[in-house]
Amino acid sequence: MGMETMRDMPVIDRDKCQGCGLCVSVCACGALVLVEGIVTAVAVDECRWCTLCELVCPNNAITCPFEIVFESGQDTA
Amino acid sequence: MAVRLEFLRGVAYFRGLDEAALAVIRPFVYEKKAGRGDIILFEGEPAEALYFVVAGVVKVYKTSTDGKEQIFRITRPGESFNDVPVGTDGVNLFSAEAMGPVTLNAVNKSDLARLLKEYPALAANVIGVLSQRVRQLLALVEDFSFRRVTGRVAKVLLEHAGDGTGERPRLTQQEMAAMIGTAREMVGRSLKNLEEEGIIRLERNRIIIADTAALRRQAGLER
Repeated sequence: MGMETMRDMPVIDRDKCQGCGLCVSVCACGALVLVEGIVTAVAVDECRWCTLCELVCPNNAITCPFEIVFESGQDTA
Repeated sequence: MAVRLEFLRGVAYFRGLDEAALAVIRPFVYEKKAGRGDIILFEGEPAEALYFVVAGVVKVYKTSTDGKEQIFRITRPGESFNDVPVGTDGVNLFSAEAMGPVTLNAVNKSDLARLLKEYPALAANVIGVLSQRVRQLLALVEDFSFRRVTGRVAKVLLEHAGDGTGERPRLTQQEMAAMIGTAREMVGRSLKNLEEEGIIRLERNRIIIADTAALRRQAGLER
């Protein structure tokens, strides 16, 4: 389950993050905080993957990748 | 908090203006604050002011009669919105919403008109800003007119779909946009369209293809 939680976090590129805090300001669930000037994801269980943090980041430092899957039981041919 | 000269100096509108000009302009600029979800501008209402984002993020968007939202621009600190209608006798062309706590600086339309007459350098800056807006809007017009963005998004989804075992790469909306040469906002709109039609389901960080045949039709792979 630990791995599952890790996979569910928005991905933060610490080298790109300039600590502007725009992602923190738009995050409605409090999943993001600034720690020593770098955005950090906490309380990830609350994150609903709204992707607003990715949308507003001017440096592409935070990303919310989607896994794309076929619904089981479908003919995917 | 008072309007800061230091902030105004960094705004495209006021770039290159000397200190004396900025000192005259500053009293015409006022501060406004908004909270998450507050609507700062309503599309169709008389345009009264030009806004600069000091802190936070503002979403500039239009809503269709059936409630669909199209984001036109994400406005970040140092950027402006409502530039176009304040130059005419028109109404707000877009709505604007605070995406979180927002601090704005604003100039009323009538004051801006007066300042433009007085400071040609300001007028030249406005032309630069408006040219940029035209470029951005033309890019969107191109997307709407010549590209079936939803179809291309459908194709990307089909090409990158896996069986859920994690063997396929994960994709961000930004990456999908880059793959098909469109804006991220267009990808978001397309995903919503596909979801509304029941072709896909968005479940947190998973895009589930619920109707493969319909998605293939959207992608132009099947009739």
